[in-house]
Amino acid sequence: MTTTTPEVREPAKPAERARRDRRGGGVMSSTGLYVATGIAGFFFLVPFYLLVRNALSTDTDITGENWKFFPTDIQWGNIGELFTDETVPFARSLWNSAVVATLHTAGVLLVCSLAGYALARIPYKHANKVFYAVLGTLMVPTAVTFVPSFVLVSSLGWVDTYRGLIIPGLFSGFTCFLFRQYFLGFPRELEEAARVDGLGYWGAYWRIVVPNSLNFFAAMATITFINGWNSFLWPLVIGQDPGSWTVQVALSNYMTNQTVIFHLIFMATAMSILPLVFVFLFLQRWLVQGIAQTGIKG
Amino acid sequence: MSTTSTRGLARPAPAKAAPARPRRGLRGSPTFNFWLFCGPFLVGLAIFVYAPILWSLWLSFFEARFTVTPDKFVGFENYTYMLTNDDFVGSLGTFTAFAAFIVPTTWALSLGLALLVNRLRFMRAFFRSVFFLPTACSYVAASLIWKMSIFSGVRFGLMNTVLGWFGIENIAWLVDPDPPWYWLVIVTARLWLQSGFYMILFLAALQNIPGELYEAAAIDGAKPGWQTFRHITLPQLRATSTAVILLLLIAAYQAFDEFYNLLSKTTWGRPPLVELYYKALGESQDYGAGSAGAVILTVLICAVTLLQGKFLGFGRGEEAK
Repeated sequence: MTTTTPEVREPAKPAERARRDRRGGGVMSSTGLYVATGIAGFFFLVPFYLLVRNALSTDTDITGENWKFFPTDIQWGNIGELFTDETVPFARSLWNSAVVATLHTAGVLLVCSLAGYALARIPYKHANKVFYAVLGTLMVPTAVTFVPSFVLVSSLGWVDTYRGLIIPGLFSGFTCFLFRQYFLGFPRELEEAARVDGLGYWGAYWRIVVPNSLNFFAAMATITFINGWNSFLWPLVIGQDPGSWTVQVALSNYMTNQTVIFHLIFMATAMSILPLVFVFLFLQRWLVQGIAQTGIKG
Repeated sequence: MSTTSTRGLARPAPAKAAPARPRRGLRGSPTFNFWLFCGPFLVGLAIFVYAPILWSLWLSFFEARFTVTPDKFVGFENYTYMLTNDDFVGSLGTFTAFAAFIVPTTWALSLGLALLVNRLRFMRAFFRSVFFLPTACSYVAASLIWKMSIFSGVRFGLMNTVLGWFGIENIAWLVDPDPPWYWLVIVTARLWLQSGFYMILFLAALQNIPGELYEAAAIDGAKPGWQTFRHITLPQLRATSTAVILLLLIAAYQAFDEFYNLLSKTTWGRPPLVELYYKALGESQDYGAGSAGAVILTVLICAVTLLQGKFLGFGRGEEAK
């Protein structure tokens, strides 16, 4: 995969270097290049800095008349305060998000990969028709269907439940499509060897195909988890009782509430991002690779 | 397809199937396995995607307030109501303006970042991570930072502090639609959140451009810089650009989170989904009108997607990869 080539390269030969310098416009000197990238990088990091700064400040430091880039003193106690504050059911919402995002990811991978595999590999007369039925759902963005979906889920009595938060989102035509594309490129020989050895489709899938596709599964898992953790509209629609809020809904409620406790809101936001930053740090290789491979957000 | 092939154990293969395949019992029957693998997904799709859409279509012809099982048929009344409703039509205008801003700016910024990062020799992974990291942020979190820290309308907001150094007075970024400063807030938030993601796509595409092309161009006398970018890089990125633009457009259609959180309670600056949210799930709980709006929106999106696919040929280039 191109994006995982070693980052530090050998000193380039002149011809090689000239060629690379020409890529994407070679007018810029090396210094200019790093200055431009550095400035852009600064602007991309500032919001994170502000978040951490405010999360560890007193309210006076956040809203004081003379705004300072560095807070006067750092309030580590804000972390404890966030989790012990009775008025803010934050721990509960983190737990809800963790449950929902994890089960969402597991469910999506299971259901969509199986279907994607069948569409790519199992010869069946009407497979094309099924595939078009799946493709058709891509035309209707999930966000547009929130009114009808809410109508359905509320008539099932699933409002404010994990079921309601998780199950309707499992059937992603997009993810199924991505798996199909991936399996189309999976080496056929491996499966055929397994079939000759007497495995059925099911056995070949679990014992040959999945173990040899773990990279792609990891990439899709990362993307799906991030999307599940960050999704807002559906949890907002379904989670009407504070006990079933996900962390995004909880944050949104603090933001629009009358009484604003700045440092707690910022600390809560920081805590809502932290798990994903870990996911990023540990799984970035797969994440970048997966996105580069699929080109599409799931 | 005959249903019997899924039943009997160890039947002989159906006559039409490829003769070269090894034994085919229940376990081996492709039809059975196809449905075994696809079944859960298709059932779910039918219940949670197709059924709601159909139900919504049905609801849109009824007067349905506070109920999802209405009995008063009103024909196209909900549709005419929505299409003549200033708020809903205005929300389509909001979307159009938003897409007109965000699609080209994100395209340009993510391509620019990719070009920068691609030329780096050291710290490439570091800067790629820096630009990519905002992808981990939710729109809600970003809205909060933007609204309460950077573009806070009062003195202590970062932007107003910076402007203050130049003697510029405080700007109320989000509470006043005139002048529409809120666009700056919304567009920058989204740029920050999604540019890194598309940068990755462009990076992958840039690294797939064969270096020989640049060498050949150099021999032909093309100057490095704008000329090679214009005549080699950009055409080589065409497939990716097309996909990126389509994805950006779809993402713009789905805009909800930052509008809802940044402009809470305002009646202006609502894109269609926010408008529908308040219409269907707000105080009036008008599912009929809300459903009609969703149907209108779906038709519009399908039309635009099909048109765009026709002009730009999305899909073919991607599948060839």
